[in-house]
Amino acid sequence: MPKREKEKTEKQENKSVSKKATGARPKFNKDKFRKFMLGSKEKQGFLKLFCIYGLLICIGFIYLNPILHMISRSFMTLDDLLDSSINWIPSSFNLDNYAQAARSMDFWKSLGLSIIIAGVPTICNLVSCAVIGYGLARFEFPGRNVVIGIIVFTFILPSQVTMIPTYVLYSNMGILSTLWAFVLPSLLGMGINAPIFILIFWQFFRQVPKVLIEAAQIDGAGYLKSFFRISLPSAAPAIITVSLFSFVWYWNESYLTSMYVAGVNVKSGWTSLVIQLDSFASNYSKYAQTASSGAVTLNESINMAGTMLSILPLLLMYFVLQRYFVESIDRTGITGE
Amino acid sequence: MSKMSKEEKKNRKKVKPGRLAKRDALVGIAFISPWIVGVLAFLAYPLAQSFWYALNNIRPTPLGMKFTYVGYGNFTELLMATPEFPTTLIEYVVSTIISVPIIVVFALIIAIMLNQDVKGKGFFRLIFFLPVIIVSGPILGMLNGDGAGSITAIDIQAITDAIKEVLPSAFAEPISELFENMITILWYSGVQILIFLSSLQKIDRAMYEAAKIDGGSGWECFWKITLPTIKPMILLNCVYTIIFISNNDQNSIIELIKVSMFSGTQEKGYGFASAMAWLYSVVVLLIVALFAVLFLAKKDVYAKQVKKAKKARKKELREIKRVGRRSARHAKKRERENRKAGK
Repeated sequence: MPKREKEKTEKQENKSVSKKATGARPKFNKDKFRKFMLGSKEKQGFLKLFCIYGLLICIGFIYLNPILHMISRSFMTLDDLLDSSINWIPSSFNLDNYAQAARSMDFWKSLGLSIIIAGVPTICNLVSCAVIGYGLARFEFPGRNVVIGIIVFTFILPSQVTMIPTYVLYSNMGILSTLWAFVLPSLLGMGINAPIFILIFWQFFRQVPKVLIEAAQIDGAGYLKSFFRISLPSAAPAIITVSLFSFVWYWNESYLTSMYVAGVNVKSGWTSLVIQLDSFASNYSKYAQTASSGAVTLNESINMAGTMLSILPLLLMYFVLQRYFVESIDRTGITGE
Repeated sequence: MSKMSKEEKKNRKKVKPGRLAKRDALVGIAFISPWIVGVLAFLAYPLAQSFWYALNNIRPTPLGMKFTYVGYGNFTELLMATPEFPTTLIEYVVSTIISVPIIVVFALIIAIMLNQDVKGKGFFRLIFFLPVIIVSGPILGMLNGDGAGSITAIDIQAITDAIKEVLPSAFAEPISELFENMITILWYSGVQILIFLSSLQKIDRAMYEAAKIDGGSGWECFWKITLPTIKPMILLNCVYTIIFISNNDQNSIIELIKVSMFSGTQEKGYGFASAMAWLYSVVVLLIVALFAVLFLAKKDVYAKQVKKAKKARKKELREIKRVGRRSARHAKKRERENRKAGK
């Protein structure tokens, strides 16, 4: 923060200096200066651009602040933490925190399980939402608007109200604490945030020209063929969007995961990085007791290292696939009809 | 033989209008049949069941669950005898109603700034969307616990103290909490920014040009063109934000429900938790309804004026008719009187 502020004040000083300079010599192109500051028809003014960039950079920095803070903290040793002169840059890059945190979280196993917990329901979501969205968009049947209304309603309704009977239902069916508790609802179009995905697909399939499908039908394509061969390929952006968001949302879900899959009182074998992070302190103390040597008591740096580890896979994914993420909302077409 | 006749029947029926439409409808229902099953199994049944639970005290025994009917006892106990639930609920409502406008307005401002001709637009979008990817309950908990969630440059303590002096504690708590977790509040606005941005980009530039020719300033353009055009998106974003906040793990009510669900006692088991969940859902739906009423598309001014004018004209016509009838009656009366007088 201080560095940034310094730069800013310097800039402001420069500005005021230039103002003064022009003020002292009024003959010197006052008009030009004004044009430069306030802008003309062709060009945006310097003042406006300065304000916009300044605000954007400041807010961007505020946005990134927690992450930067986390990164810098995660490298610090205990001495660095206590040293008040060290604010941002640690004295040495200490990877020991990461090693400790990874061992206490059982990183590789949790990572694998996280990928499964997020990935399998995502595929199910994709399949079911595509089929349901197609059914809504392509066919006219009585009560279609009612169906869409109910879908919107399921989005608004908090999941807590149906949670308890669902929990009982799962335990009666014997699928509690297994992955089936996530797979089954997502196969039936009731997964996490499935209403959004259904609406995205609906929106997409509506845009497929009906003429195209009719032409295919004349050429002898059945309902399934026209779905797989014509509609689905043209909905590729929707498929990408839905799979990315579904993956991220399942990955980040800790409330339902801990309840249905990981188990609340009795732990099943399932776990995920986020759930490991949720019980990080107790996990760590357990680990510190059993570890033979080198385990220091839990401190802020290790906390931050653990947090960093649990979001690292998503961060990597985001930076690799950033284009699809950022353009996703443009492409879903929720904004324009 | 019979097969043939069946096919013949089919062929004959095919000629009839509506046959294809009927088949289309059936196939459509077949396509959404997984959803129908899902709704029955995971929405309708649990909803009814949880309402029944809420009216009972439930104790899980090895043989199954033991129900004791208590009527609305759970609800009264919840509101009267459990102090933590009403306070948490009020806190949730106040903080939601305050933070939703903040998030939405903030998202709108950022979107408008990004919509200008700014270099590095993609980079900024990348930053503002980043929180959507990593925001989750435990991570936010960790960051807030570490104090990374607040803006260090602003003296937050002073603000919260000032707020606490002015307002009653029920309101001051959520507001001061809001200031302490300002960054996390801003973090919630990633999706909203992109929604606004893409809807802003779809506004026709010609409208602004026309307004400028007529002498409209940028400020007027914003209020009279931009805002009305993206009004539906404002509602969408409000609803999205409410849902996001209410399903977030940081929300203390849903944690309360979970704790009560697994407490294992008879009084505070599934039944009590169901009652809580029902009350909570009703409150969430009410908040959504509140924002929907505020932002739902109203009829535009012109249509209103036309309607008003039509109404006025109808009234006038009726008046004219009434006057006509009255005068006719009067005329008749006078005629009769005249006739009488003439006699």
